[in-house]
Formats: sequence, structure tokens, C-alpha cells
Amino acid sequence: MDAIILQVLNGLDKGSAYALIALGLTLIFGTLGVVNFAHGAIFMLGAFCAVTLQRILSLSYTVVDETRTDFLGNPLKVDVPYVEGWFGEATGQAIIEWSVPLAILFAIPVMLLIGFIMERGLIKHFYKRPHADQILVTFGLAIVLQELIKYFFGANPIPTPAPDAFTGSFDFGAMIGFAENAIIYPYWRMIYFVFALVIIGAVFAFLQFTTFGMVVRAGMADRETVGMLGINIDRKFTIMFGIAAAVAGLAGVMYTPINSPNYHMGMDFLVLSFVVVVVGGMGSLPGAVLAGFMLGILEAFASMNWIKDILPGIDQIIIYLVAIVILLTRPRGLMGRKGVMEE
Amino acid sequence: MFGLSKKDTTFLLIVCFLTLATPILLQPFPEGSAGATFNAGYPDLMQRFAIFGIFAIGFNILFGLTGYLSFGHAAFLGVGSYSVVWMYKLLDYNVIPGLLLAIVTSAIFALAIGYVSLRRTGIYFSILTLAFAQMSFNLAYSVLTPLTNGETGLQVYTDDPQILMGENSPTSPHLFGLVMRDSVQIDIGGWLFTFNIGYYFCAVIAILAFYLSLRIFRSPFGMMLRAIKTNQTRLNYTGLNSRPYTLAAFVISGMYAGLAGGLMAAMDPLAGAERMQWTASGEVVLMTILGGAGTLMGPILGAGFIKYFENIFSKINDNMLHQWFGWMPDGMEDALIFISHFFVGKSWHLTLGLLFMLVVIFLPGGLVEGGQRIARWVRGRRKKGSGDDPEHHPKPAPHVAE
Repeated sequence: MDAIILQVLNGLDKGSAYALIALGLTLIFGTLGVVNFAHGAIFMLGAFCAVTLQRILSLSYTVVDETRTDFLGNPLKVDVPYVEGWFGEATGQAIIEWSVPLAILFAIPVMLLIGFIMERGLIKHFYKRPHADQILVTFGLAIVLQELIKYFFGANPIPTPAPDAFTGSFDFGAMIGFAENAIIYPYWRMIYFVFALVIIGAVFAFLQFTTFGMVVRAGMADRETVGMLGINIDRKFTIMFGIAAAVAGLAGVMYTPINSPNYHMGMDFLVLSFVVVVVGGMGSLPGAVLAGFMLGILEAFASMNWIKDILPGIDQIIIYLVAIVILLTRPRGLMGRKGVMEE
Repeated sequence: MFGLSKKDTTFLLIVCFLTLATPILLQPFPEGSAGATFNAGYPDLMQRFAIFGIFAIGFNILFGLTGYLSFGHAAFLGVGSYSVVWMYKLLDYNVIPGLLLAIVTSAIFALAIGYVSLRRTGIYFSILTLAFAQMSFNLAYSVLTPLTNGETGLQVYTDDPQILMGENSPTSPHLFGLVMRDSVQIDIGGWLFTFNIGYYFCAVIAILAFYLSLRIFRSPFGMMLRAIKTNQTRLNYTGLNSRPYTLAAFVISGMYAGLAGGLMAAMDPLAGAERMQWTASGEVVLMTILGGAGTLMGPILGAGFIKYFENIFSKINDNMLHQWFGWMPDGMEDALIFISHFFVGKSWHLTLGLLFMLVVIFLPGGLVEGGQRIARWVRGRRKKGSGDDPEHHPKPAPHVAE
């Protein structure tokens, strides 16, 4: 039993990332009808928002510390980050340490802006073009974004640690009544999962309970009629594109302590997220979330040792295998709507 | 001639000439001159032109004619490479048995993958092929290590059986004794021309592959494939089952990819799993679109273009930039060099991505369409209103996946 719970937990963090990216992909596809191959790159940009903020906060000036000397007897020069100079040493260090959570605030406007620019500048011109063209142009865009990041940040992964308070693990099993040390789980992964739930909940609530969301949902169902009612549906959809970009960006920001970001992390996630979207059903938001968590957890189960002994290599291919089976038996995916992307 | 119309025959002969004369044509600058960096007449690069040309021609038979966008063609490339290296290990370094096996195994793979994937169209087809290719890649990396040698890559070791290996057999890939890496170098007044056996081997195969694709394009079968791209539903209504045709196209293009993969191993006796990764599939998509999908010349142009600039752009370094821009005022020179940094050297992929986006946005027919537009513009200025299209290939139809 505890082994099962452990695997479910292990699948949750990756599942959360899949679910968040797939949610954004589905939002874009459901509203604009565009297949966005650059969404993985947006996830990566989000992660690099965290890196950028960390760099900005660590910007330093040099002061000469008269009290200490180096080995030649000259006064020692120390780098002091500006934030420490402004807010005092303790507060300053705390701010730098908390750069990843702070990056959430930084990433939201940045990612919204990037989303707007992408939509108005490029995607807008591809509404009427075939899906193959959309895939190709966004694929090109993904390469460009990736190479820009590589140019500015280098090809190596950049470690961005979580705040000290959240590093390390805790005994989850003992908390829910199992033997001690049976289920050990890192804090940050738990936080990532909760964070993903909050974001997903927020997006759904936004679509379900606000007038704006209602209009967007109406537009997804029948764009033309909504347009005839005198509503500028294009602008609302542009905003939804920005929101989708922000969701993927936040997923990236929070993912940085789990995996140090590098420039091709987006591509790695993109392929899997597309599989997730297709399994969940093109255009279905709950389907995307469900499939994301499901595939994450399945992947975790498949990497258990005794399963790998029976079916060697299953952990490598389980997601693709599930995708193939589902696509062949249920072409619309788990929760796909009728008539979306069929022939 | 060759069962082709007169126009196509001339076209084929031109392609033959260009391919066979490549070692001379791509060496326009004498050794040691400032332009020598732009020479591409060395064996390694020319072999890649031919091999990726074959790969792209094959991909074009599927994507260009039927409109099915496969994102998993690299799997066949990898399978082809592994087959050839296995033949080296078991028999000897002769490339012929390996290449035959490569074509056969990739055909079997393509048949299996195509049979399943072609049940869906559009993006679902793309995702299915992608899933199969990634599965092959992951398996080749992990469980199939006895067969693929995992991360190290498959290569020939001294304790391999190599049962046909005689006393005097060459110890690198050869064609009945003609060693692939041998070349003849001729120096004519400062121009150094390298005639490499491996390149000519690839080139002859590439010409055959091109001839075959030309025949397919002109055949009733090719017509049927175009009909599938234009309107599959209507085709079904006329009482035709389109599945066998698409499957045949898929298998043929898979065999081309297997052949290309096999040739890679024939030039360099190594096979690694990274050849199967989806970025490799993406590359052939880039080549085909950049050149012009659905046209005969397009994929070859695209493959040559990408491979050429990949090599040249990544060679350019700071010293050369300083040389080129040295005549400018200082500030301007620095600014230009700073900007160029984004596009040359290791950042060459950025240039590729931008170029690709521009082509998709403004020139959906690829470089071939660009050439046609220029040709039409020039002709339009010379003589107004000449109606027919003198180009030897069909007009590129918009490439639709659905």
C-alpha cells in the first residue's frame, strides 16, 4: 500500500507539469484553433524568468572591507548584492534565497506580454492557414526562442535552488498513519503539486464564474455567433493566449528547483505534452488535466523495479504506448468533444 | 528515354550532371584564398548532401504527395544504420548486404508503423508517428542495448565474427574492394578537387532514388496520392479505398529513409540512437518545407541548403568577421560583429529557425516557389503575358495535412 502511494506521489510532480502545459495547449487550441508547437518553449521561457530574476537580484557592487585583509595585506574587496545594500543584510539574503517563489510575480506580467506579442505578431496570421502550417511556423519559433536562450544563458543547466525552508524531504507516511520512513517525499514536489492544483483551479474558476470566461466559453463553442452579438471575440482570445502562456510560464518557474533549467527542456516536455493533449482529447480542458496526471502517475508506476523486471524498458515507452492504444481505440481521446479536429 | 517525357529526361540529365560534377562545382575558390571557407567540395559534406537528399526525396513522396506529415521518419534512418553495422559485424565490410538489409528492415518497420498510424489523419497521424519514433529511440537507448549498444553506439569490434572477412579484405566500408574513404585529389592551378569514392557511391544511389521518385511523381500511382492530398473524402466517395495507396507511399518513403540511414553507416561505420531522436525527424521536415514540399527539386535543394549553411555558418569565427568588416568605421564594425554573433558559429540554428519561419510565412512553396516567382517576374518584364509554365515540375500546391 505504501509503495503504491509513494508511486502516485512520485508521479504527481511530473504529472502536474504535463497537466499545466497541456492545459495551456488546449486553451490555445480550443479558443484560437491553433496547434502551438512553441508551447514547450514558453514553458522554458518561464523557467528562465526565474533564472533572470535570480541574476537580477544577485547583481552586486564591490565595496572595500577595511576590517578584513587578503593574504597580501591589502583591504579585501567584497561583492555586496544591491538588495543587501538597500534592505540590510538579513532581508537581502532572504530575498535572494526566495528568488524562485518571487519569480512568480515577475513571470506573470512577462509571460502575459510574451503571449500577447506572439499572438498579435505571428499566430494571428495563421488562423486560416492549415494546421500543418501552424505546426511548422510554431516549430520554427520554438527553435528561435531556444537558440536565443542558449545564446544568452549558455548550454549548461543553471541550478536555481528552492528556498532553504523547502529543501529536503518530509515523512509523508507518518503524517497519514503509515510506518515511519515508509513514504519520504521532498517538500518542493508537494508544493509544486499544490501550486499546480491552485493554478488549474483558478483557470477553471475564471472560465466558469466570470463574465469574461463565459464569453470565452461561448466563443469556443460558436465563434461566429458570439461575434454577431457585437462582442470583440478576437481580443478576448488574445487575452486567453496570454493566460495560456502565463500558465505554462508559471509551470516553468516552479519547475526550476526540481530540474535545473536548460535551453532544451521545453522540447523535452513539448512532445510529451502533445501526447497528453491528444490522449485527453483535443479541445477538452478537463481531459488535458486528467490525462496529464494520469500519464505522470503511470510513468511513475512503470519505473518501479518489479514491473521493470517483468517488462524491461516499459518505463521508457509507457506514455507513448498508452497514447497509441487510446488513439486507436478512442480516436477522440478520453474526453474529446465531437467534431473537434476530425478529418 | 527511360520512360520519361522529353522535358523530364533533360531534367534528369541536368540533375545527373550537377550531382556528378559536385566536387568541381562546389570548389569555386582556390585553396588559401579568402573565399576558401565557402568551398564545400570536401567528401564528408558532399556525402551528407547526397544522403540527406535521398532522405528528403523519400520524405517528400509521403508528405509532398499525400500531405501526411510524419514526425517520426528518423526511426527508419536509425534502423537502416543499425542494419548496416550489423552486417559489418556478421559478414564483412562490404556495404551491399548491409544496404539491402537496411531497405528490407526499414520496409518492415514502415509497414508495421504505417499500418497502425495511417488509421488516423492530420495531427493524430503526426503524433502517432512521433510516438512510435520516440519509442524506438527510448528502447534503442535502454532495453535493446544488446542489439544497439545503447549510448556508446553500435560499432565493429575485433572479436566480431565477420565470417566473410578474408586475408586482404579492407578494414573499412567498401564496395567489392573499392574503399569508401579513398579519394583522388587533383590540383589544378591552386584549385584542389577531391573525387571521393564514397561520395560517388552515394551520388549514383541518389540519382537512382531521384529517378524513381520522378517516375512515381509522373505515374498513375502518384496521381492517386495527389488526389488523396487534395480531397480524401471525395476519393472515398468514388469507391476507392485510399489506405493501400497511403500505406504504399509510407513504406516507400520509409525505405528511402532506411537507405539514407544505411548510407550514413556505409560512410562511417557507426550507428547511434540519437539518429532516431525526433529532432532528426524535424530536420527532414525542415529540409522538405524549406526547399518546397510536393516539388521534385525542392527536397534536394532544401537538404543541400541546410547542410551547406550548417557547415559554413558554424565555421565562421571572430577573426573572419573582423576581416570582412574591417574596412568599416570602428563603431559600425563592432556593432555588425555583435549582431552577426547571433547568427553564425554555434548560433547557426537561430538563423535556420528564422529562415524557416520566413519561408513558412511568406513562401509556402519553399525555395522552388521563390525561384519560380523570380523567374516569372523576370519573364513578365521581358515579355508580357506568356501563359504557360515552362518549369518542369508541377506547381506546388499548398501542403495541407488534413
